[in-house]
Amino acid sequence: MSELAERTNKHSTGESFAEPHGQLPVRPKPPLRRFHQARWDEPIIFELSRPGRRGIAVPEPGAPEVELPEAVRRAQPPRLPELSQPHVLRHYLRLSQENLGADLNVDVGQGTCTMKYSPKVNDRFAAEVAELHPAQPVDTVQGVLEIYHRLERMLAEISGMARVSLQPGSGSAAIYANVAMIRAYHASRGEGHRDQVITTLFSHPSNAACAKTAGYEIVTLMPDADGYPDIEALKAAIGPRTAALMITNPEDTGIFNPRIKEFVDLVHSVGGLACYDQANANGILGITRARDAGFDLGHFNLHKTFSTPHACGGPAAGACGVSEALAPFLPGPVVTFDGTSYGLETPERSIGKIRPGLGVTPNIVRAYAWIMALGAEGLRAVAETAALNNNYLMSRVLRIPGTSAPWDKRRIEQVRYSWRELSEETGVHSEEIGVRAADFGVHYWTSHHPHVVPEPFTLEPTESYSKEDLDEYAAILAHVADEARRDPAFVKGAPYNQTIHKIDPTPLDDPKQWAPTWRAYVRKHLG
Amino acid sequence: MATTVGFVVGLVVNPVAGLGGTAGLKGSDGAEVQRAALAAGATPRSGERAARAVRALLAARPGVRLVTVPGAMGEDSARAAGASPGLVRLARPAAPTTTAADTRAAVLALRDVDLLLFAGGDGTARDVLDAVRELGGQAPPVLGVPAGVKVYSGCFAVGPAAAGELAGLWTSGATVEAEVVDLDEDRYRQGRVSPRLYGVLRVPAARTRLSGRKTGSAAAAPGTVEGIAREVVSRMRPGVPYILGPGATTQAVGRALGLATTLLGVDVVRDGRIVAADVAERELAGLAGGAVLVLSVIGGQGFVLGRGNQQISPRVLSRTGGLLVLATQQKLAALGGRPLLVDTGDEDTDRKLSGHVQVITGYRESTIYRMETT
Repeated sequence: MSELAERTNKHSTGESFAEPHGQLPVRPKPPLRRFHQARWDEPIIFELSRPGRRGIAVPEPGAPEVELPEAVRRAQPPRLPELSQPHVLRHYLRLSQENLGADLNVDVGQGTCTMKYSPKVNDRFAAEVAELHPAQPVDTVQGVLEIYHRLERMLAEISGMARVSLQPGSGSAAIYANVAMIRAYHASRGEGHRDQVITTLFSHPSNAACAKTAGYEIVTLMPDADGYPDIEALKAAIGPRTAALMITNPEDTGIFNPRIKEFVDLVHSVGGLACYDQANANGILGITRARDAGFDLGHFNLHKTFSTPHACGGPAAGACGVSEALAPFLPGPVVTFDGTSYGLETPERSIGKIRPGLGVTPNIVRAYAWIMALGAEGLRAVAETAALNNNYLMSRVLRIPGTSAPWDKRRIEQVRYSWRELSEETGVHSEEIGVRAADFGVHYWTSHHPHVVPEPFTLEPTESYSKEDLDEYAAILAHVADEARRDPAFVKGAPYNQTIHKIDPTPLDDPKQWAPTWRAYVRKHLG
Repeated sequence: MATTVGFVVGLVVNPVAGLGGTAGLKGSDGAEVQRAALAAGATPRSGERAARAVRALLAARPGVRLVTVPGAMGEDSARAAGASPGLVRLARPAAPTTTAADTRAAVLALRDVDLLLFAGGDGTARDVLDAVRELGGQAPPVLGVPAGVKVYSGCFAVGPAAAGELAGLWTSGATVEAEVVDLDEDRYRQGRVSPRLYGVLRVPAARTRLSGRKTGSAAAAPGTVEGIAREVVSRMRPGVPYILGPGATTQAVGRALGLATTLLGVDVVRDGRIVAADVAERELAGLAGGAVLVLSVIGGQGFVLGRGNQQISPRVLSRTGGLLVLATQQKLAALGGRPLLVDTGDEDTDRKLSGHVQVITGYRESTIYRMETT
């Protein structure tokens, strides 16, 4: 065994195996799992392409063969990779082994992302609508429209809002739609001069990013000494230029702002709108509602709170909810129901269409199925379980010497922790601890910038994880913290059990080297 | 892992930096203080901290070429870290008790390196700055290994290992300006914090993606300061005089206007022209009518007024018509929730300035932040 392998093993297992019992030795499992990720050196799928290679989709028996009309045929075939079915299967299975996907690990380390279980049974329902055509006549999609209508009403009930649009294809698309509605609302009242959007440091940064992209000036409120957004700062910030407050509650610290209605009232007092980013709604479902606090509009991330896959695992989905006053500005089309049939209409002053067809229909079906399976009481049970899991995990994590959770406040569904004490003692940084944790098959991200909480990490266990899952996660963190004390250089050298051990991150900051598509890769890197 | 071909790191250690700290002397400037510290049983710490930086450098960039000067000013630390450095002999070898002149001479001798690591505190940074100014365009980028009692300048990494790591992982060649700030030690010993800006050094740009590792200096990501400057320029109105206080951020405002405003002085600009440069209080009072003050945060304590810009007196302030405060989000975050500070010497003026202010943090971006009296 190499020296490195010996060290890795020593650090990974923590202790030696027990003596065998009787004739047949039974060895107990080591305290932490001996994970090792696969390495396949798998090429990009375009590099696997060979001319003429095909996979065959066998048609349904008896289905008529239909030729596409000449008018809608491509002049040139699309430049897609050409592969056989087993090559495709092998390619994606290998890739799946080279990452730590949501279905593989105890995925509590992506605080603010609400990585809950996406029930597989719902994929079967989603598959039913996979071949829906975006331009299909409404009388042929009444069932789908009924699901849309019912989900809109459910989300309206959950948020207290009057109307809901299910058009957005992601959380940020929903936030951008919110900004567009805020702009359209003020413009309709002759108040287009309102050019400032107020947000808080611990609100989701996409609010600042979307509003700035839409042309607004961003005013950020810092936390006060108790970790709440500073209400005195809000008083200093509001004025005739205020278009809206865009705020998350609980914030990304997991702290719920109990004075949120005062924030909303202050913004209303100067003619601004209050917009609720409900990305962190998982701990408040059935307990409190956006409209009850006076918010004018807001959105849910169906891929967070309502269990559909995140964008990295498939297209996501957002839901924008608004008060009656803002309903004419919703993105369209929205689903109508006249008591007998469902239709589509674009609201009178709609900001327009923001996604082809009806949006990400498979995820609408998944979210609908998830809510239907739980019922109203079930949604509240989700929130209570998520908060219970979070507070249990917090009690475990804070037992690890060197951790802390700034501001001595109750948390809802997540906690932004700090390794400051451990880092000062050992010189090992939070990011390095997170990377070493990946050697045990889990991971975490640090947090959004700037790091007001020093050496941060943010955990959100949701309702999906068992006590054993959370115990395992906390045990891994405790083990790595102990390693950092005993051998900081070893932790800094991690990961040892991953597909790729170390990368040079410099190109990640260099847009000139980025290649988000195969075409860009060929152009930039292969000439 | 970064490649190492041809990359040369220089190392200069101020062996007496940090001596006064353990002796409770709040600094180590001057031979007398150093003697007092040694007499009080203080032990030098900068050599050991420099060695920690070198160890981290070697780990991050194996095989890197290290060049330094003989003895305690570099060679000893390099060897303690297991390196075999190249040595550049000084014309006049440093005496056991080194001085500012020795630091400057060492920096000049190591002018040809790709990056110069220096271990010390704010006083050492000032000496390095003097040498860098002498070298002009020939000066290499530098990075401070914090080893002094006072480490308020932005040119330092957050710790010795962080300095070595950043030096080792820095492959882009991109640099940013970082302020050199020092405190008046005599006043500091009397319990008064008086940071003063001395100039700027070019330091490696920390990778924004990994700045959570805090391997970077306190300097902001490239482009941030320019964004702040652009915002200030977009707010400027015709006919209104703007008083630009000291600092790299306010100097960037001058640059955005195409003007060569001073780094350390207070300048007045109006309608895209410099009305007066490096003005004293008296002249400033005559120009301040209806002017807008443009001030950055000096040093790590959050001072906006009363430290390093005393020209902007209560009399000047009483005549101005507005205030723009500039800081990067990183600088505000580094305050750890502490307020911005004003200490103009006039309680009434300070009280009027206290409260929440809008701090410009980028182009069309600001943060509402508390400002208080000391």
